Amino acid sequence: MKTWDAIVIGAGHNGLVNACYLQRAGLDVLVVEKNDWIGGAATSRSLTPSFVYSNCSYVCSLFRPEIMRDLELPRFGLQVIGYEGGAVFTRDGDYLANYRDHDAHRREFARFSKRDAEAYDRYARDVTRQCRFIQPLLMRTAPDPTSFRPKDLGELLFLGKKFGGLTPEEMALTVRFWTMSIADFLDEYFETDVIKANFALSGIIGTALGPMSPGTAYVLLHHYMGEVDGSVGAWGYARGGMGSVTKALADSFRASGGTIRTEAEVERVLVSGGKAKGVVLAGGEEVRGKMVVSNADVKRTFLKLVEEKELPDIFVRRVRNFKIRGSSGKVNIALDSAPVFPALPDDSPVYRGDMHFTDSVERMERAYDDWKAGRWSADPFLDMVIPTMLDPTMAAPGKHFMSCFVQYAPPKVGGRDWTDADRDGFAESVISQIAEYSPGFREKIVHMEVRTPREIEAEVGLTEGNIFQGELTFDQLLFNRPVPGYAQYRSPIGGLYMCGSSTHPGGGVMGAPGRNAAAEILGDLSRGTKHMSAAHDVI
Amino acid sequence: MSPTAEKVTRGDQAHFRLYRLPSPFQPRLEALGRTEDWYNWAGYKAPNTLWDEELEYFAIRSQAAAFDISPMTKYRIEGRDAEALMNKVTLRDVSKLKPGRVQYTAWCDDEGHVLDDGTLFRLSADRFRLCSQERHLPWLLDSAAGMDVTVEEETEAVAGLALQGPTSYAVLASAGFAGVERLKIFDLAEFPFGDGTVTISRTGFTGDLGYELFAPAGQALALWDLLFQAGRLHGLRAIGYRALNRARTEAGLIVANADFITSEHAVRADRLRQPDEIGLGFMVDLDKGHFNGRRAIAEARRKGSLKHVLVGLEIEGNIPAEHAIVYHNRKKEVGLVSAAIWSPMAKRNIAIADLARPYGEKIVDDLWVEIYALRELQYQKLMKRAKIVPRPFIKLDRRTANPPGEF
Repeated sequence: MKTWDAIVIGAGHNGLVNACYLQRAGLDVLVVEKNDWIGGAATSRSLTPSFVYSNCSYVCSLFRPEIMRDLELPRFGLQVIGYEGGAVFTRDGDYLANYRDHDAHRREFARFSKRDAEAYDRYARDVTRQCRFIQPLLMRTAPDPTSFRPKDLGELLFLGKKFGGLTPEEMALTVRFWTMSIADFLDEYFETDVIKANFALSGIIGTALGPMSPGTAYVLLHHYMGEVDGSVGAWGYARGGMGSVTKALADSFRASGGTIRTEAEVERVLVSGGKAKGVVLAGGEEVRGKMVVSNADVKRTFLKLVEEKELPDIFVRRVRNFKIRGSSGKVNIALDSAPVFPALPDDSPVYRGDMHFTDSVERMERAYDDWKAGRWSADPFLDMVIPTMLDPTMAAPGKHFMSCFVQYAPPKVGGRDWTDADRDGFAESVISQIAEYSPGFREKIVHMEVRTPREIEAEVGLTEGNIFQGELTFDQLLFNRPVPGYAQYRSPIGGLYMCGSSTHPGGGVMGAPGRNAAAEILGDLSRGTKHMSAAHDVI
Repeated sequence: MSPTAEKVTRGDQAHFRLYRLPSPFQPRLEALGRTEDWYNWAGYKAPNTLWDEELEYFAIRSQAAAFDISPMTKYRIEGRDAEALMNKVTLRDVSKLKPGRVQYTAWCDDEGHVLDDGTLFRLSADRFRLCSQERHLPWLLDSAAGMDVTVEEETEAVAGLALQGPTSYAVLASAGFAGVERLKIFDLAEFPFGDGTVTISRTGFTGDLGYELFAPAGQALALWDLLFQAGRLHGLRAIGYRALNRARTEAGLIVANADFITSEHAVRADRLRQPDEIGLGFMVDLDKGHFNGRRAIAEARRKGSLKHVLVGLEIEGNIPAEHAIVYHNRKKEVGLVSAAIWSPMAKRNIAIADLARPYGEKIVDDLWVEIYALRELQYQKLMKRAKIVPRPFIKLDRRTANPPGEF
C-alpha cells in the first residue's frame, strides 16, 4: 500500500495552500475532500441552471499576495475585480455610501454630519496604526511564550520589539483597542448613528458578539488588513466566484504533481504509538501517510477525527471550550433581473459594492439579543453583494446572483436543532428586509439557497457554521490560537498538524494559516523553505 | 447656543460623479489654462500650472499674480467666547489680535504635536475666520465644549483669491478699492463690492507685497473680472501652485504635509512634531494661560526632549536638493530636505530641511547634502556643502512698505 508523504484533510483554501507548499518542497501530497467538489468555504457552485453562486465566502481581500505569487495563482487563472464602494440604507429612504476617493467619501459623510465627515482622518489614522502593528504578525508563527527554543525566543523578541517600539501612550491605546467594543471605539470619533453602524459592521462579521461586546474592535481590524493587487484595504470579487481562488490553488497543486481525491470523507485519523499514520475514510478504506495535516477546524479535528484517549485531558478540555459559536448564515439568491433600490441614483457605484440595511449600532445589538435568546434575528444584519454587477461570468446576461451574509443565526434554535421550517423563517427575515428597500424584489427571485449554521456545518464541515473556524477575540489569537501550547500548527499527536483558520492568524480567505503551517512542517522535516516568499515588509 | 449646530444637506450627491470640486473661479481658470495640468487640492481641481511655470513665477516677483485659494479649508468662529476658543486652540495670544488683524498661527493636540498651521482673521470682536490646510471641525467643536460660540465650516461658501506681487496694490487701487493703501501688513478690512462686501487682507504666502481677498462664492467671477480688467496694464496673470511653491520657499514658509506631517495624519509616531521642531516655536505663548498642548510643549522645553529642528539651508551650486538626505561630516545621516529650489530672487540654491538634534541646534557646521540629479537616465551624484541660514531667504522691503508702492 502506498504511503503518502503527507495527507491533507479538506480541500479548502488553507488545505490547498498548505498542500501546494509541501508538494513544491518535493513531498508527495494527497488532499482528501469529503465533497464531490473542492473549495470548502471558498467555492463556486451552480445549483440552478445559468447561475453560479459564491455560496459561502463571497468577497476577496485578505488573501496574502505573497502566497498568490509563490503559488502562481494569476497564472492559474485567478482574477480579482476590485469594487469601489458600498452603502448602508437608512430607514428614512436615504443611504450613506462609502467611496474610495477620499474627498468624495468626506462629502458623502457630510450629508449626514459635517463633523463626522471631518473625524474620518483621525479614525483612519488610528485604525491604520493598529493594522500596522498586527500585519507583520500574520505571516509568522506565533511564539510559544513558555518555550526556551531559540526560535520561540526570537519570535517573542520580535513581538516584544514590535510592542516595545510603541510609545507608552500607543501601548496603552493598543491594549485598549484589542479589548474594547467596536461601539465604544467608534463613539470616540463619530456621533451619527448611520456612520457608526457603517463602520461597526466590520467588528461583528463572523463573530458571536454584538457591537457592544468587548473585543469587537479587534475584529474590525481583521477586515481592514487586506488588499486587492496592492491596493491596501480594498475588497473585490473573484471572477467566476470564490471557487476561482480554490480552483487556481488546485490547478497549481496538480501542476506541481499533487493529487486530490474528492468524495473521500475522513472518518478518523489513524494513530499508533502517539503518531499519526494516515486516515480512515468513510467506508473503511485506510490511506497511509507519514503525516496528516488537518484543514478542518480544531473541534472537528480533535473531537471527531481523533480518539479522545490519544489526547491529553487539558488539551481536550480547551478544545471543547474553544469558542467557535455559530453566528451567521447565508442566503444566495438568483434574480431574474437587477434589483432596484429607489434610494440610490441609477448610476450609483453602490450597486457594485456591499450593501447593508442596519442603520444603527442599536439595531445591530438588538439583532444580537435575538441570537443570545437562541433565535435568528428578526431584523438581521445583512452584508449583501451582487457580484454579477461586475462579473458577467456568474449569470446569464441581465440576470444576477445576489449573496447575502446574514447575522445573527444561532447554532441551535431555542436549544434544539434547526428544522426546515426554521430555515424558511430565517430566509423570510432576509427577503422581507431587502424587499422593504427594493420594491418588486420578491418577484425577481428565481432560485434561492438558504444556509443556516446547520447546512454550513453539514455541507462545508465548519463546526456550528462559524466562518472563521473560531472567533477572533483576543483570548483566541496569537499564541493562544487555537489553544495555549498548540499555537504552532502542531498537536499533541506526532505528525498530526493543523492548517485551518482555527490556527493563527485566523479566518477569512487569507491563506496565511496554511502557509505558516507548511513552514513549520518543512522545518520539522529539515526541508528548505526557499520556495516561500518572506512576508512583505511593513514600513 | 450649541457648538454642534450642524446643517444636514441630504440632497446633494454630485460628489460620486465628480470627485474634484470646481472652484468658484473655475470657469476663469479653465479659460486661461493652456497646460491642463491639474492636481487635487483638498478635493478641488486646482492648477499646478496654467500656462508656464517659469513665467508664472516671474508674475509674482515682477508684476502681479492671482492664485486661487478657495480650496483652503475655512471655518467661521462666532460668538461671545470666540476669542476664548481661539485662545484655547491656537498657540499665539489671541487677546492681542485686534479686530481687523490677522495672525499666522498654528495649533496642537494635547501632546503638543502640530495639527496644522494657518491664518486667523479677526473680522470683528466676536467673529473669526480660521484658514487651514487640513480639516479640524471635530477638534474645534470639542474644544468649544461649554463655550458660547458657533463653529461653522464655510470652505465651499467662500471664495478666496491671493493677489501677490509688486503691482498688486496698483491692481486693487485701479479696481477702485479705496482705502486699501491704509492696510499695513497683517491688516484686514471689508470693502463694498456688488451687493455685499469683499474682505481684503494684506497677507500672502510669497514674501512679497500682496493681498488676499475673500468674497461669497457667488461673487467670485465678478470679483475676478473686476481685478483682471483693472490689472491689464499692471501685468496681472493667473498662476498655479508650482510658481507659488517657488515663492513660498524663497519666503521660507512651510507647507503642512510637505514640510511636516500633521498629527492627525501621522501614522508613524516618530513623524509627529512639536512647534519648536518645525520652526514655529516663536508662536508659542506660554504666558497666556491654558491652551491645547501647552503642558506638553512646556515639558519638552524643560526636559530638552525635542528631537528635531527645522532649518533653512543654503547649498553650494545651483542644483536643487529636493528630498535630499542631509549628512554631517559627509557620513552621518542627520536629516532630510523637504523643499528646495534654486532661487531666482536670491540667486542661491536654497532649501528647508528637518534635522535631528543636536544637528541644526548645537552642531551647525560640516553639513552636506547628497543630491541625486537624474539626467538622461543617469544619476549625477553630488555631495554639496550646506550652510544653515536664517529664513526667509529673501527680504523685500515692498512687502511691508507703507504706503504700499505703486510700481
